[in-house]
Amino acid sequence: MEERRNQPDVARILGHYRTMQRIRAFEEAAEAAQKEGLVTGAVHLSIGQEAVAAGVCGNLEKTDLITSNHRGHGHTLAKGADPVAMMRELFGREGGTCGGKGGSMHIADFSIGMLGANGVVADGIPIAAGAAHGAKIRGEKLVTVCFFGDGAINRGPFLEGLNWAAVFDLPVLFVCEDNGYASTTETRTVTAGPGPSARAESLGVPAHDVDGNDIVAVDALAAELIGRMRNGGGPAFITASTYRLKGHTAADPAAYRRQEDVDAAYEREPALRVRQLLTDLGVSISELDRIADEAQAEMVAAAETAKATPHPDLREAYTDVQDVGAVAWPN
Amino acid sequence: MAELTYLDAGKAALAEEMRRDSTVWALGEDLGRGGVFGQYRGMIDEFGPDRIADTPISEATIMGAAVGAALVGTRPVVEMRFSDFALCAVDELVNQAAKNRYMFGGQGRVPMVVRQPMGMWRSSAAQHSQSLENWYVHVPGLVVIAPSTPDDNYGLLKAAIRCDDPVVYLEHKDLWPAADEVSVGAEPHEIGKARLARAGSDLTIVTWSKMTQVCVVAAEKLSANGIDAEIVDLRSLWPWDKEMVLESAGRTGRVLVVHEAVQVGGFGAEIAATVAEEIGIPVRRLGGPRIPVAYSPPLEDMFRIGADDIVDAIEKMNA
Repeated sequence: MEERRNQPDVARILGHYRTMQRIRAFEEAAEAAQKEGLVTGAVHLSIGQEAVAAGVCGNLEKTDLITSNHRGHGHTLAKGADPVAMMRELFGREGGTCGGKGGSMHIADFSIGMLGANGVVADGIPIAAGAAHGAKIRGEKLVTVCFFGDGAINRGPFLEGLNWAAVFDLPVLFVCEDNGYASTTETRTVTAGPGPSARAESLGVPAHDVDGNDIVAVDALAAELIGRMRNGGGPAFITASTYRLKGHTAADPAAYRRQEDVDAAYEREPALRVRQLLTDLGVSISELDRIADEAQAEMVAAAETAKATPHPDLREAYTDVQDVGAVAWPN
Repeated sequence: MAELTYLDAGKAALAEEMRRDSTVWALGEDLGRGGVFGQYRGMIDEFGPDRIADTPISEATIMGAAVGAALVGTRPVVEMRFSDFALCAVDELVNQAAKNRYMFGGQGRVPMVVRQPMGMWRSSAAQHSQSLENWYVHVPGLVVIAPSTPDDNYGLLKAAIRCDDPVVYLEHKDLWPAADEVSVGAEPHEIGKARLARAGSDLTIVTWSKMTQVCVVAAEKLSANGIDAEIVDLRSLWPWDKEMVLESAGRTGRVLVVHEAVQVGGFGAEIAATVAEEIGIPVRRLGGPRIPVAYSPPLEDMFRIGADDIVDAIEKMNA
């Protein structure tokens, strides 16, 4: 880790910067589309948390698996999903990653190992443990990463799922994105004890705290822990401290927050910090702007494409329910 | 053919499917020592602890982990021990297992079987006696099976394991020792086909699970009174064999639906309404009263539907 810090890999950090810019641009385009009424459902933005998705997923292979929570655009993009298909999903259009049946909260792309964002807090934890368990039974060597928020640590599946991964010695990296809020409630006001890592340690899952807005630190930690799992290691846990710059959903103005806290958070937000780091390392502002502009153009175009795509055929409402006992299209 | 108990028929079906397909595995509490009723006795010796997996008492994660394991190409058989305990995992069953395929646009399949031993046994009281099959029938994405004979427990468990949908598989605890002929080695039974448990001409009794046996006893009593009852054992509640029920009902001209579960809001209401809507003949229901099951045997019996209750209900219909 120290070596990496001493000799920063500029190309690698630039790659992360690009991923983070693409996530932010995707979400800004989604937020704008929701304001226009084009994205009809709830959109949970991860703006301000991009370094966690980029730094962790940057260490994964296509065959590795991830599960996510309701705030899943960043994880999905960082794992390699097509933003046009994702945007079509948010717009509820044909060709969306889930055929328009899931929307933002259920974004998924199984073809790249993204097993689904989830609308129920903490429910991705047992699924991730089980995916790793199933892969072990099948003799497949892969790593599963499970993203969830600090609110999830107060649900039972957190305890059960971590215990499960520990007793079955499964290669699951649990990543708690601690953005300070459980929906609109400050998590610390409803959470006893010293926090996520202590709970993980109490279950025998080695835990590590990291500044989730420091892309280099997240990358280095994830690389080390995922590397151990590729060599046969069991589960590990990361608490990545970050901040949700927007509200719980795009429709939430988050007026319950102190303005000075929000202002301070904008000073240490990850996109700004990685820009500063890269400039310090000699990358020109124009190069950084070019990457950001490209990301923005890509995502604006994705939204335009989604807008021009038709809604799904109505018959799709009746497909993919079940094989046995499926109800027939009534018309 | 071999004579097997309902319990051993289920065990034989699972063992055969595990031999046939290396991706089939079972997970649940105490399985390494045979499971709470002995449905898995000795299986760990043949299949080892990875495929007869002892789990923590973590119903939600047993169910949720099975969803994840099914998504990556295994066929988990989940043991919930008592259907009452499955309630700790209903979120994972209803929000995850049942929704995964649809919500993610058909990207994945969740081929898992959720064994939930159900129903009244003896002095098991309110948290170990429930019949909640109607809850699951209500959920799109799920298949619901409730076998009443050893042969069906064999043929339908095999079918459930091979099914690509999540299947709620309800074995009745009071039927474990029931022994009968089983077509060992036969093809799995088709899910969704009812079984004519008794042919008759005067009325149709539609039932499932343990109540099938009780209805057969009642039908013999009725026969002495000159009433010839036909009994349709649904075996599978979703999908259910509407065709056989309507054909029989159309022929006999009246229907009684009998189930152990609480009558109010029970699955019998769906069948009664369907018969009324489709052919407009007289229909009645007989289910449990809307009270929890008590411990004390005489109080417990207040919930239990016996053959005489069925005889009474039918005689009232004829009056």
